[in-house]
Amino acid sequence: MLKIVNTEWKLFLREPSAVVFAVLFPTILLLVLGAIPALRTPDPTFGNLRFIDAYVSTLVVIALAFLGLNKLPATVATYREKGVLRRFSTTPVHPARLLIAQVVVNLLAGVISIVLLMLVGRLVFDIDLPHHPLGFLATCLLGMLSLSALGLLVAAWAPNARSAGGWSTVAFMLVMFFGGAYLPRFLMPEFLIRVGEYLPPGVGALQESWLGIAPDPVQLAVLALITLAAGTVAAKSFRWE
Amino acid sequence: MAIIEVVDLVKRYDQKVAVDGVSFAVDEGEIFGILGPNGAGKTTTVECVEGLRSPDGGTIRVDGLDPQRDRARLRTRLGVQLQQSELPDRIRVGEALDLYASFYRDPADWRELLARLGLADRAKTEYRKLSGGQKQRVSIALALIGKPKVAVLDELTTGLDPQARRDTWSLVEQIRDAGVTVVLVTHFMEEAERLCDRIALIDAGRLVAVDSPAGLVSRVDGEQRVRFRPTTPFDVVLLEELPEVSQVEKHGPQLVVTGTGNLLHAVTSVLARNQIVAADLRVEQADLDDAFIRLTGRALTE
Repeated sequence: MLKIVNTEWKLFLREPSAVVFAVLFPTILLLVLGAIPALRTPDPTFGNLRFIDAYVSTLVVIALAFLGLNKLPATVATYREKGVLRRFSTTPVHPARLLIAQVVVNLLAGVISIVLLMLVGRLVFDIDLPHHPLGFLATCLLGMLSLSALGLLVAAWAPNARSAGGWSTVAFMLVMFFGGAYLPRFLMPEFLIRVGEYLPPGVGALQESWLGIAPDPVQLAVLALITLAAGTVAAKSFRWE
Repeated sequence: MAIIEVVDLVKRYDQKVAVDGVSFAVDEGEIFGILGPNGAGKTTTVECVEGLRSPDGGTIRVDGLDPQRDRARLRTRLGVQLQQSELPDRIRVGEALDLYASFYRDPADWRELLARLGLADRAKTEYRKLSGGQKQRVSIALALIGKPKVAVLDELTTGLDPQARRDTWSLVEQIRDAGVTVVLVTHFMEEAERLCDRIALIDAGRLVAVDSPAGLVSRVDGEQRVRFRPTTPFDVVLLEELPEVSQVEKHGPQLVVTGTGNLLHAVTSVLARNQIVAADLRVEQADLDDAFIRLTGRALTE
């Protein structure tokens, strides 16, 4: 199993676009936004926080959404289309291990991406590290898992790699929108903010645990529920060829 | 001794019967061919043998194992080269072999295996940069990495150029010489004739015959073809009237006369009497293609 993870990790690193987008992009975006003076000036309307303080949780959403909803279904659907999964099923090792390895690789990449983001945020812009580390960790983990489960669901249902790409782009855009990537969340109507809180990866809980309070257990429970439901349906309906 | 036994195998997809009561036995140490046109049910048959599909009827034993019930044990004894199965683009050949070797308790030495397959200098090459023939050899290497007793090779040489195809054939002979029983699925008559000790002819899901290539050909023996280009047009009835001739076909400027007995003498005599010169004259003996046509009523290659 370790060898499969190791191999998949090497393959991930050889895909320049994936590495740039999942690992480096959130930090690059932080550097770009932070370069704009207005965005790093404390604003009394958000309790003397700066735009970038509130936006880091959205940057986490971008990394997680890309890994779970873009890279994962694309890789899995391609492996199915190219017969990689089928070849696995002729060996003593079940092809499900290849999918588990993908999720592990995603977790690793997510951790590196978020750690990099926190370090650069702390060192360059003096953004505090998450005030509630445990809550933050739990939300990140559940967020990643729930998005991965949705990604696998896309891979399970899409007839081929091309439509998997299409479907996952739609899901990716939705998650990005509700995560505040396009329109900062404080500009959204109350209703949209609420939806975003329960939609993976739980941007509300990310933001709360970053800014200091424990994440709402109901939001975390919803993420866990989505993980379980999507994961079960994906596992039941997955086609290996 | 039979290492694979298939008895009355039936497999349906929805309402369509893909394999309809096929039976054969593969002896240990032979190259056994499964030959038939595209869509005849060859791949479905071997997929049932490999345990990738569950049969709707009949029994299969591979080295004493039931491919459905003993899947796990079968995997360690059966190496499979699948039709159209690729690897991730950026995986290196050595990494792929090392990874697949880790799936088996007692794998072959993959470096030695690569050397044997003429890929020693490709261990660090990414899969996407290999030629078609090299990809096919990697696929064979992966089928052999677990030191199987039986290797199933499905459409091994489809899409390869003639040179790569010949190289691959000698590899298959090497595999057999190393003591591995080989099941070779193909729709190339020439490949089956050259490599196989015995062949199962399959057409439209049914087994037509199992025999050695020579044995199959001998079923249509005595039949020959005379092929030539007449320099002046003439009425082919002159030939059709001959007792030795069974059929006269026109292929462009060429005539193909099929028949038995002293066919060549009979044909040339008629031509000489009518002052017709036969250019590019050739005599062809029956081959597997003819055997297939005789046994199924249609041509193997479209």
